[in-house]
Amino acid sequence: MANQGIGASVKRKEDLRFITGRGRYTDDISVPGQLHAHVVRSPYAHAAITAIDTSEAKNAPGVVAVFTGADMAADNVGSLPCGWLIHSKDGSPMVEPPYPPLVADRAKHVGDNVALVIAETRQQAAQAGQLVAENIEYDELPAIVSTAGAAADGAPQVHSEAANNTCYDWELGDKAATDAAFASAHHVTTLDVVQNRLVPNAIEPRACLAEYDPATGDYTLHLTSQNPHVIRLLMSAFVLGIPEHKLRIVAPDVGGGFGSKIFPYAEEAMLLWAAGKLGRAIKWTAERSESFMTDRHGRDHVTRVELALAKDGAFVGLRVATIANLGAYLSAFGSSIPTYLYGTLLAGCYTTPAVYVEVRAVFTNTAPVDAYRGAGRPEAAFLLERVVDVAAREMGIDPVEIRRKNFIPEDAFPYQTPVALEYDSGNYHATLDLALEKSDYAGFETRRDAARQRGKLRGIGVSTYVEACGIAPSSVAGALGARAGLYESAQVRVHPTGSVTVYTGSHSHGQGHETTFAQLVHESLGVPVDQVEVVHGDTSKVAFGMGTYGSRSLAVGGVALHNALQKVIAKGKKIAAHMLEASDADIEFAENSFAVTGTDRSMAFADIAFAAYVPHNFPHDQLEPGLDETAFYDPKNFTFPAGCHVVEVEIDPDTGAVEVVNVTVSDDVGRVINPMIVDGQIHGGLAQGIGQALFEDCQYDPESGQLLTGSYMNYTMPRAADLPFYNVGNHVTLCRHNALGVKGVGEVGSIGVPPAVINAIVDALAHLGVTHIDMPATPERVWRAIRDAQAAKA
Amino acid sequence: MATVSMRVNGKAVSADVEPATLLAELLREKLGLTGTHVGCDTSQCGACVVHVGGKSVKSCTMLAVEADGAEVKTIEGLAENGQLHPVQEAFREHHGLQCGFCTPGMIMSAVDLLARTSDPSEREIRDWLEGNLCRCTGYHNIVKAVQAAARAGRE
Ligand code: FES
Ligand code: FES
Repeated sequence: MANQGIGASVKRKEDLRFITGRGRYTDDISVPGQLHAHVVRSPYAHAAITAIDTSEAKNAPGVVAVFTGADMAADNVGSLPCGWLIHSKDGSPMVEPPYPPLVADRAKHVGDNVALVIAETRQQAAQAGQLVAENIEYDELPAIVSTAGAAADGAPQVHSEAANNTCYDWELGDKAATDAAFASAHHVTTLDVVQNRLVPNAIEPRACLAEYDPATGDYTLHLTSQNPHVIRLLMSAFVLGIPEHKLRIVAPDVGGGFGSKIFPYAEEAMLLWAAGKLGRAIKWTAERSESFMTDRHGRDHVTRVELALAKDGAFVGLRVATIANLGAYLSAFGSSIPTYLYGTLLAGCYTTPAVYVEVRAVFTNTAPVDAYRGAGRPEAAFLLERVVDVAAREMGIDPVEIRRKNFIPEDAFPYQTPVALEYDSGNYHATLDLALEKSDYAGFETRRDAARQRGKLRGIGVSTYVEACGIAPSSVAGALGARAGLYESAQVRVHPTGSVTVYTGSHSHGQGHETTFAQLVHESLGVPVDQVEVVHGDTSKVAFGMGTYGSRSLAVGGVALHNALQKVIAKGKKIAAHMLEASDADIEFAENSFAVTGTDRSMAFADIAFAAYVPHNFPHDQLEPGLDETAFYDPKNFTFPAGCHVVEVEIDPDTGAVEVVNVTVSDDVGRVINPMIVDGQIHGGLAQGIGQALFEDCQYDPESGQLLTGSYMNYTMPRAADLPFYNVGNHVTLCRHNALGVKGVGEVGSIGVPPAVINAIVDALAHLGVTHIDMPATPERVWRAIRDAQAAKA
Repeated sequence: MATVSMRVNGKAVSADVEPATLLAELLREKLGLTGTHVGCDTSQCGACVVHVGGKSVKSCTMLAVEADGAEVKTIEGLAENGQLHPVQEAFREHHGLQCGFCTPGMIMSAVDLLARTSDPSEREIRDWLEGNLCRCTGYHNIVKAVQAAARAGRE
């Protein structure tokens, strides 16, 4: 048998159903007699709802019910909760305005949910929705969408309880020490940075199908989710009060998430509630225009970053002041992204001794903002890797050398940063060296000259990032304000004939868990991967789980699985000892078989499994039948992937068009289980990172608050023709605190590459006097930067 | 209501549809062929690509009545006699899919490209796939898969 364990590029078990059109996504599932829902949405960014007349719609063909916010409020439906409590500098808790699934009196962003229409067909629901929309009276109010302007005196107020639209004003780090470092610094580099707002855009739109059985009181919700158990817990405990044991949540095949499918959404609460009221199944699937308006968005910061340096280029202090846009409501993890997933990463790969960050989080009349691939860490990496490049240029130091000079050395791990985290392992010089070699960094000037001959401006940019993932340690997260534990569970059920079913609380929506987790089973038990089934995404099958986000599936869920497998082996040894009449301590397990040490007596794994379920002569006071083990794993620390990304671009000076001609990355994601899948994760992250750097930009009209980029016609998604092949490599250092040595790979591409792209563009244009360019670096922006720099010189 | 008849994946079918029913809706909702996906409302994502008369079309952009009398092939009909189509094989072999949502449209689109040109360049492949969005793969392995399928087809 070809190697199927750790390190093998096993072809994915899940692919056959997808390539033959037999995947089962939420919208593919229908039940007899199901109704269809249509959500009537606010056309205004900010408006008081003064009257809703639903009578005409209720009488329209096929309509079964029309609900408004008043109906849900009358049933005491709760607010969508926020899972992370942040405290301001002065110790006060963040402001938590209610987030009703259906608003009753005031709409706070374009697309806010105003009424729910339920009809026999989708078309009838939509037509009746139009009738509702025509019979709502709004009083349009002034709207605020600007991140920088939201906290200003006199700005329109989104929530009456949040003065100056401020949710919290948070800080981290030693302010006095940082100020002192700046006071005595040789050089200070200051940069103002905008982190463009992004729309996650999983290609499968959000959808849900809610069922209620009046005979049993059981609810079932199929939905597009990255973490069904968390949705069940939140719907049960906070929103709807449905007993948890009466609520089954199923996230079947899910067409990408990237963070946007972590959170409980209003539609899910509305449909469950309405299904209960009507005793009928109801389905809703977002149109793409609804996805743009109502999926959680990502990023959206404005920041001033200052780096203080000594004469020799050593970093002595970093000061960061950020305003982070939370949108109109606090989403489930919205408060944690611009704080503990951002400020804590601002030491980067460097030994900067003093770091201070303050973040004011503001409400605006825009879609709520939450985790999107990278979630806080791309923002941190972008700031650092840009300001380091700018500082290097200002001081006349080579950008690679300034990084090397300030790297945390390999022998300094575990390394305590000044911003709360302790990095357990890494080798930043090694990933940098590898990327420079693979990208032929040394030979770049020849390529620049050749490009110049062709009339193109060529530039090269480097970034060296570190991130924190394997989102967990419950104790650390709890101390920082998380209202949830962040462990993971795994159950290994060995069947009597020796095949295995794994039940994992992680959720796969493209990551390939059905293959990678089967490889872990093969590695421990020797069972071939085609005899392993991996079950995920169904609360009626999997005991509990925290789901998939923050690149945690393998580092937390995979280790939970590993631990459960060790329990299976331990139990198998007991059974073998009994069957082979030896003592437990004399049994060894290797290569799919249990053997008595030093003898030729052994039993195959499948025979032990069979014996476990046919225990005719077991000493039942010492040995239970069955071979089925569960583990919950709560790690000691985050994991810290890191790496170096090198990008080359060519710019047409006449049009400002940027072509990415070379992307070379070297990442340290810890031990690699399936290299093919790991590379694929990096490719996808790189495309999203390049998308942020060059194309994607969610824009609202500053006056009206209308969403200007509400479809693929005006929100630029990266396409095949915009991107090159990627040159991907890795240098592994093992995570020191988990049994597999794994770190996580889902987000590194989107974290490391945006600053490398912008550094490359600035490098190409530096001789013209360009020092910075904001993302996305569209042709217009680049062309203007060239023109402005030339005008300034003239 | 109008009655439409066509051959889908080699079988004669007919259905009563509203005049505004899209081909994608007919396939998914009336014929249960849910392998054809819908990812947008502006004819941009290509998740819905099927073949009509042997050519790739976006089934979200064609009315069911326009396909009356046509020969339609969806992802479910691509494998023949239990044999995967070489493009399907190549997507699996080269990890050209992650979540799988764009995959049916990508594969149907790529099959049409290779029917038109047996040896497309990387640039031609990337340009041809302009109408197909993938958010997962960064397109790297999709392009590799199409190149490999083209090679296999020429051998
Ligand atoms: S569904 Fe997006 S192009 Fe057809
Ligand atoms: S594989 Fe997920 S969108 Fe392409």
